[in-house]
Amino acid sequence: MDGFLPTAAGRIPRVRTSPTAWDRLGTCRARLGLDRNNYTVNPGLYAIGQPGPETPVVVTANYKLTFDTVRFALAGRDIWLLVTDTRGINIWCAGGKGSFSAAGISEQVRKTGLERIVSHRRLILPQLGANGVRARDLRKACGFEAVFGPVRAEDLPRYLDRGEDEAMRSVTFSLKERAEVIPVELVLGWKIIVASFLVAAVLSLLGPDFSVQAVWQRWTLAASATGLGLAAGAVFFPLLLPALRTRLFSLGGAGLGLALAVLLPAIFPEQSGVQLLGAGLWTVVMSSWLGLNFTGSTPYTSPSGVEKEMRKAIPLQAAGTLLAAILFVIGNFT
Amino acid sequence: MKTFRHLENVATLAYDKDKCVGCGLCATVCPHRIFAVQNGKAEVLDREACMECGACALNCPTDAITVTPGVGCAEYIIQTWLPEKFRTWCC
Repeated sequence: MDGFLPTAAGRIPRVRTSPTAWDRLGTCRARLGLDRNNYTVNPGLYAIGQPGPETPVVVTANYKLTFDTVRFALAGRDIWLLVTDTRGINIWCAGGKGSFSAAGISEQVRKTGLERIVSHRRLILPQLGANGVRARDLRKACGFEAVFGPVRAEDLPRYLDRGEDEAMRSVTFSLKERAEVIPVELVLGWKIIVASFLVAAVLSLLGPDFSVQAVWQRWTLAASATGLGLAAGAVFFPLLLPALRTRLFSLGGAGLGLALAVLLPAIFPEQSGVQLLGAGLWTVVMSSWLGLNFTGSTPYTSPSGVEKEMRKAIPLQAAGTLLAAILFVIGNFT
Repeated sequence: MKTFRHLENVATLAYDKDKCVGCGLCATVCPHRIFAVQNGKAEVLDREACMECGACALNCPTDAITVTPGVGCAEYIIQTWLPEKFRTWCC
């Protein structure tokens, strides 16, 4: 926050356009999925620089990661920023699920008294919100015309200066964008990790040899198999996605899992072949599942496509999990 | 985005050219650049790139475009397979 701006509809808070240490910490926490579901700013109107009645109005979500991205992209400019209540969800998901809508935007327009603050009747909406906002409904609801700005906030300055171009209208999935979702996938995957460690602990206890050393060795093998599956499916898969030779996420994940699973015999040379096969199969299945689940992080898979692949892949993954557990337990007896 | 493709012939996108009035909103909103207005009518340039977000259909003034919109995320789809009481919606 950087002071207030007096207007016809009261004082409007002015926001900073460079990140503080606190903002950076918040971004890291959100990227790690720590308080991602409650990382919000208050909806309403904010000023960037010294906006006046003629200044354009940019509309955004009240997810703070989104809010920060937009305000930092607009550094050095005079802009009104209308933050709508998307319940702390990004524009794309909020549009898909109904909280970024013509009704929600017009509600903020009314609450803030925007028609008394600006003389024009135009709102610049993020293009990725178009799945939730019918432009003509917005005009009917509040009298403001909706124009769709760029997909990415970083293209806003270019859009404001020179209007639209093809490059700013297309989604991308660059190495950086794929890498940014790795931490949150790992953190949100903690349930699957803890569950597999517990199951591995129980399965390790079955068998004729109850010595602490034998049980510990089996458990370490199972835990390593889980760790490799996680590395393959949640780290290597996003990074190598465009290089995979298949369009099937589950198959690509399985392939990367196999590539890492072959390390297991080298790390645990004293374990039986059957046991290693069980552990390796688990690495493959886990990576396959994580690969399939990564569809949710991409900007190009359709629900019809994902569902079709899931109907084929999930029965195989379930069978693979069962077989992996059986082989692992048989391995305890050999 | 031509390097990123999932399954073919699955998208529910349908377009009725007779109803099109050539407003070009579909071409504006599509994040995969599937539509372009040529000679006063929208043309489908790249149907296989569709991820069924629904932005084009929602903004089409004459319902020339229809698509069953949804979220292409495995966890979400599993939820839709479960009976109501077991659902815990993600994002």
